[in-house]
Amino acid sequence: MIFKEILVRYGELSTKGRNKKDFINRLRDNVRYSFNDIMPLKIRAERDRMFIVIENDEKFNVLMERLPHVFGIQSFSPVASCGKDLDEMKALALEILEDYRDVGDITFKVEVHRTDKAFPLNTHELQREMGATILPQFSNFSVQVKNPDVALRIEVREDAVYMMAQVIQGAGGMPVGSNGKSLLMLSGGIDSPVAGYLMMKRGVRIDAIHFFSPPYTSDNALQKVKELANGLTKFGANVRLIVIPFTELQVAVKDNVPDNMTMTSTRRMMMKVADKVREEVGALGIVTGESLGQVASQTLESLTAINDVTSTPILRPLIAADKLDIIKIAKEIGTYETSIQPFEDCCTVFTPASPKTKPRLDKVQHFESFTQFDELIERAVKNRETYIFPQKEVKEDKFADLL
Amino acid sequence: MIYLDNSATTKPHKEVLATFMQVNELYYANPASIHNAGVEANSLLAKAREQIAQLLNTVANNVLFTAGGTESNNFAFFGAAKKGNFRGKHIITTEIEHPSILEAAKRLEAEGYEIDYLKPDKNGVISLDELHEKLRKETILVSIMHVNNEMGAIQPIEEAAEMIHENSRAMFHVDAIQSFGKLPIAFNDEAGPDILSISGHKIHALKGSGVIAFRKKPMIEPFLVGGGQEFGLRSGTVAVPQAVALAKAARLAVEALPVQLEKYKKWSANLHEYFTQFGSEVLVLSPKNGAAHILSFSVRGLKGEILINALQKRDIIVSTSSACSSKQTKTSHVVEALNVDNRFKNGVLRLSFGAFTTETEIEQFKQAFTAVMKELKGENEQ
Repeated sequence: MIFKEILVRYGELSTKGRNKKDFINRLRDNVRYSFNDIMPLKIRAERDRMFIVIENDEKFNVLMERLPHVFGIQSFSPVASCGKDLDEMKALALEILEDYRDVGDITFKVEVHRTDKAFPLNTHELQREMGATILPQFSNFSVQVKNPDVALRIEVREDAVYMMAQVIQGAGGMPVGSNGKSLLMLSGGIDSPVAGYLMMKRGVRIDAIHFFSPPYTSDNALQKVKELANGLTKFGANVRLIVIPFTELQVAVKDNVPDNMTMTSTRRMMMKVADKVREEVGALGIVTGESLGQVASQTLESLTAINDVTSTPILRPLIAADKLDIIKIAKEIGTYETSIQPFEDCCTVFTPASPKTKPRLDKVQHFESFTQFDELIERAVKNRETYIFPQKEVKEDKFADLL
Repeated sequence: MIYLDNSATTKPHKEVLATFMQVNELYYANPASIHNAGVEANSLLAKAREQIAQLLNTVANNVLFTAGGTESNNFAFFGAAKKGNFRGKHIITTEIEHPSILEAAKRLEAEGYEIDYLKPDKNGVISLDELHEKLRKETILVSIMHVNNEMGAIQPIEEAAEMIHENSRAMFHVDAIQSFGKLPIAFNDEAGPDILSISGHKIHALKGSGVIAFRKKPMIEPFLVGGGQEFGLRSGTVAVPQAVALAKAARLAVEALPVQLEKYKKWSANLHEYFTQFGSEVLVLSPKNGAAHILSFSVRGLKGEILINALQKRDIIVSTSSACSSKQTKTSHVVEALNVDNRFKNGVLRLSFGAFTTETEIEQFKQAFTAVMKELKGENEQ
């Protein structure tokens, strides 16, 4: 292991001044959430860069794999270090560059930054000395000063010499949480985790709400939603999952509303519950995975009837997205495989044979008016259960002996 | 008993058997069921698949469980041929493949496919130039075994893979049944064969378990259809205990590989040296740079069966060239392909080492063989 730490660049911040500190602290906390499973991490956050100490290969691999997903990072580089001795420096440089030997012809330069003015060679001398050592060793390298494919950056600091060659693009965007909090309606399907991800990318922190209808839906369905909530934490934030016992309300709708309108009515109840929970947890908006025309509840008429119960902003990042594009993102962010596990969820248990795709609001309101739904809604909100992710996976250990 | 027939099959590891028993007791539910027990069995299966994928440098979705090496080979051969036949019907394989490839090839020939068989040199190694010559636009499949089961020749799989991928659109299948866990195999997203066959019982797992693994997305026609298990490519309730046992055995094999390989090399060199004392009476068929865990040799004018019996009396188990063909009376196709001198054709014996073989056993074999040679040549007559 030649790399000692990872240097994280925040890049140009749009929030300056006093907010910058919040931004940095937020990002540091978010990095901790994303790497909960390899804790503890030593993180040193400075004014314009952050350093994560690499203790072993395993941590290094996990960091390299997941850092590109953490929002708020512009780029990062693994950094190696050595003593302030020319021979040591040369050896380290060759070791770092070894990775670029078999990649075909590439352009290259050495970049030197010398903050230790006592170092015997000045910047240009050191640059020439290192270049003269490196170039004869790599037949595929040619020097280019502007925009080289690989730049070996050497920093001579007071304590040691630091070197890096790789600059890896981060996910960009804002650290999750720097743009307020919203409540995500997380169903267990393909769309809602993607909707949550897209909002997180804009710096929005996510609490998730899920409607659980035992015994019609199983613990496996709930487990799947927990996995999805946990999966979203890798983008750099903790996620709270609020589980609502929904059976009573769902049965009441089924018993009291005409069959072809139960779908609309059920969604209205969900929205009412979600809005109450949103208020209690201090979120400002509600995020859904709705996409226009995908299913009966996602026509403009349906959305109008469902939306009628609240004036809270309902954020629908997928409203104009094609299913195939949504699936593509789901695969990229690693939620797809979990989403397609076949368990009944509350939206599908009582699906009527022919739900109205153009429900009339006045009619829905009329049929709902005969039942005291508010009481049931209060109870559902009150009896919610909350889980906080990231959670360490305990399930896996069970099989360890067998494999 | 000194068991030197590990290329025919191996004794299961105790830990692997323990896994097999426990999985049968605790996770016997159908992994396709949606109840909790099924979900548990399925997640165990997923872990096993993941483990094998990691050992092979591929991803879990590219690993399918089968009922063994023959099925994996048949599946790869027929499956790739059917999938690719809109592009052409030309297939290349070698003369020294296992019957599960050669018989499959015969069947496809009868269906109108055109098959070219590469001929190995006297060391049992095919020529890359010949392979290059035979590749053409219509070639849809090349199937070459990594290590020959009868004499241990190692084929230049990596170079072949590169050549095939550069010069054709053919799928490259490698029968790695005798090499997985015995030799490193280059198999990853960028390089190597497209399809690998692996068998469980050759690596101290159970008989009736195997894997067919793909470098990239599986591109193959299913053979068994029905419930759509194994990504729809191999229907039939998955044998979870076998699969998990195989995953464990595979891990043990890969972990032990560097250490075992050194031992095999040492013993193989030792035996090559030992056999020289018999001069022209014993011909070693295995090349010195072949797979170190297989050593084939032949005794002039003596039938293999006689030698097996004589060694067996001394509690040493060896086999003729291959277990699969040992009950047939005709000479093995591999021996034929190598142009072995007629006087040696019938006396071919194979020693094959496994995880449980010890140095002492190798020494005991040598003593026994020396004694048997004396006895059979009449030197011990009273």
